[in-house]
Amino acid sequence: MSVRVTRSRRPATWSGLASALVFVALLSLPYLVFANVTSLLVNLFILLVLATMWNLLAGYAGLVSVGQQAYLGLGAYTVLVLAQNGVNPFLAIPVAIAFCAVAALPISLLVFRLRNEYFAIGTWVVAEAFQLITVRFPQLGGGTGASLPGLGGFDPALRQAFTYWAALAVLAATLLAAYLLLRSRLGLDLTAIRDDEVGARSVGVQPARAKRIVYLIAAAGAGGAGALIIISQLNVQAASVFSVQWSAYMIFVAVIGGVGTIEGPILGTILFFTLQQSLAERGAWYLIIVGTVAVLVAMYAPRGLWGAISDRFDLRLFPTGYWLHPQGSSPGGLLARLLRRER
Amino acid sequence: MIGANGAGKSTLLRTLAGLHQPAAGSIHFAGREITHLPTHARVALGIALVPEGRRLFPSLTLEENLLVGARRSSAWTVSRVMELFPWMGARRRQLTLNLSGGEQQGVAIGRALMAGPRVLLLDELSLGLSPAAVRRIYDLLPSLLAEGMAILLVEQDVTQALRVSDLAHCLLEGRITLSGRPRDLSPEQVEAAYFGLAARA
Amino acid sequence: MAWLNAVVQGILLGGLYALFACGLSLLFGVMRVVNLAHGDFAVLAAYLGLAVITGLHVPLLWSTLAVAPLFAVVGYLVQRLIIQRSLEVSPLTTLLVTFGLSVVLQNAMLEGFSANSHSLPSGWLAAGSFRLTPQLSIGHFSLIVFAAAVVVIVSLQLFLSRARLGRQIRATADDAEAASIAGTDVRHVFGIAAAIAFATVALAGLAFGGYSSFDPGAGTQRLIFAFEAVVIGGVGSLWGTLLGGVVLGVSQALGAQVDSGFGVLAGHLVFLAVLAIRPRGLLPGRVT
Repeated sequence: MSVRVTRSRRPATWSGLASALVFVALLSLPYLVFANVTSLLVNLFILLVLATMWNLLAGYAGLVSVGQQAYLGLGAYTVLVLAQNGVNPFLAIPVAIAFCAVAALPISLLVFRLRNEYFAIGTWVVAEAFQLITVRFPQLGGGTGASLPGLGGFDPALRQAFTYWAALAVLAATLLAAYLLLRSRLGLDLTAIRDDEVGARSVGVQPARAKRIVYLIAAAGAGGAGALIIISQLNVQAASVFSVQWSAYMIFVAVIGGVGTIEGPILGTILFFTLQQSLAERGAWYLIIVGTVAVLVAMYAPRGLWGAISDRFDLRLFPTGYWLHPQGSSPGGLLARLLRRER
Repeated sequence: MIGANGAGKSTLLRTLAGLHQPAAGSIHFAGREITHLPTHARVALGIALVPEGRRLFPSLTLEENLLVGARRSSAWTVSRVMELFPWMGARRRQLTLNLSGGEQQGVAIGRALMAGPRVLLLDELSLGLSPAAVRRIYDLLPSLLAEGMAILLVEQDVTQALRVSDLAHCLLEGRITLSGRPRDLSPEQVEAAYFGLAARA
Repeated sequence: MAWLNAVVQGILLGGLYALFACGLSLLFGVMRVVNLAHGDFAVLAAYLGLAVITGLHVPLLWSTLAVAPLFAVVGYLVQRLIIQRSLEVSPLTTLLVTFGLSVVLQNAMLEGFSANSHSLPSGWLAAGSFRLTPQLSIGHFSLIVFAAAVVVIVSLQLFLSRARLGRQIRATADDAEAASIAGTDVRHVFGIAAAIAFATVALAGLAFGGYSSFDPGAGTQRLIFAFEAVVIGGVGSLWGTLLGGVVLGVSQALGAQVDSGFGVLAGHLVFLAVLAIRPRGLLPGRVT
């Protein structure tokens, strides 16, 4: 049987164009709306960066981490230290991102010794240790926190616009990196490992190496988010930036939206954020509700909201897999669905 | 039950034991439908499987492996199993890891007997065993049949299987292509059914 | 003398950590499940203990008779209704589900009991102590907790090696499918294992509540200490877990002796060092 293989179907071509348009629209937003809107979006972007990176870790590399807040804090404090030494905080963002990737290498040597199930708590211990080490340095503000110097000279409106653009840049880089990574050879390796690790090994895939690369990238992404947090809040406190709450957010967003797809965390973030805005004053109830929903989704709809949508409508916005079009059958037909490389 | 690799013999036994759900059809045992009964409940009714690859418990001793299969209603006890396999007595406190393939198969059969089965399902009894061990295991079967239990034996070794069975079925791609008493079947018939030559002709 | 005192207190504290670690170790050993809500369930047990103690005016020791059996039932239900289902989706799902459970439980306790911290009145137990030298004394309560940890570990060992159900638990841990064809109801056995684990969690939570004050967020650190004890001692060995708890307790006590803020961090650093130098732990179990 002859089969035609393509990366994308029509929706994906359109979505590429649409993404570009959305990006341009978002880019011009500071000229169009008040700063309260853009600062809200900064928080949304941070969440989306975290969820996308966690999804890369858990959904593709099978590494369920509960300790990504280690790199969130590391990124924030890197910006703080650089700013204290006279570096412009905005220029410190890429340094913080790179530094987190570098720091993740020795950490990965330690936590990768723990098998899947214990890896989760191992990463959590690392985050706790980072926090306890941080508070021992008075120059970092100890337990009470420190405020970020170096942005006093900016006009507040301009500062908020720059913060927004920085967040948008980090987000765009994150999504692009995730997309390109999954379409690369590494993405193929990861899928092979996810499907059958022994089989993947036998054809020359190195699972440990592939997973380590993803771990470093995810650390870099979390570091970028941490840098954005300190810049948007103008201060940092160890107990809050190293809090496991961040893991709760990124995990719930990714699980509810759909683990193992790029679109899932985007959908999840929008949903989570909307809920957060409307339930904000309910405090703990908000996390009780979202946590319960996440538990139920993980148990009964493990592919999340986006999984349900894409199954129903055969839709991919970011094509990372392949479509098979058997000749003589309609592209969306039953056979294509059966043959489609699918989780 | 004979048949080539991939004919569905093990799948059949595993489905009877409750490890797979049948896609269609139903399973009846002693006048009762058991299609949706979980594995352990089938064991209680008297269906015991000796699985392919033995599947002993590596961190348990030989005796403990037998005891896991024990049921109160069963007439089989550790000492009765050890009468059947006299070599076990001296090695009851050993882990099964160091036993030979034939000895491990003995423990697997013993574990299944402990449940007091009415039907014993034996999957690939001879796989991976030395010829001597295969003969010893097969020599055992008549005494088990004499206990009044039925045995459903799945085997790739056709000669061995036909020698001991009262009724033979040949399975090919999930369907029975030949049934009959071994003495009524000619080697040509068996060969044709086994390799699917009749279907091709 | 202060250092000797720190070591002794650390060893005793290690008993509490080992008690915490038993349940985690058991669940992981039997069904490869790491319950990330472990610590939060322990804190819940402490709150229940508080309710029983103040409501029925009974001492802490008697409250275990009510809370531990209740938790065994909770454990059985959590296993049958939640963990079993997630195990069937995928092993990693159990992590997501128990983590979600942890967040839900923590926030539910925050809503129900407020963020105020409480401690369990342990009555005459807390006050009494054996004074060995002017600087060195051993509190009755910490001694009882340590003894309880040893008793729990010994009885768990005996139960697993001697009892019929214990044998079934070990067989199921080895090969669940083979256990089912040997007539074992695997889900029930998993439920029993979870019930036992949760009963030890209840004991650990009550002991913790008598040791120090607790609040709804205290579970996170309990989970981490339990986990560190398991890994330091060696996965799959209950005596290793006791040793791991003691090593962790002593590290924390000595760290705190250096600087009051350094205790917990010292424990983390020892854990990371063990992971780097002896990744299989000090007393690795037969089966890992």
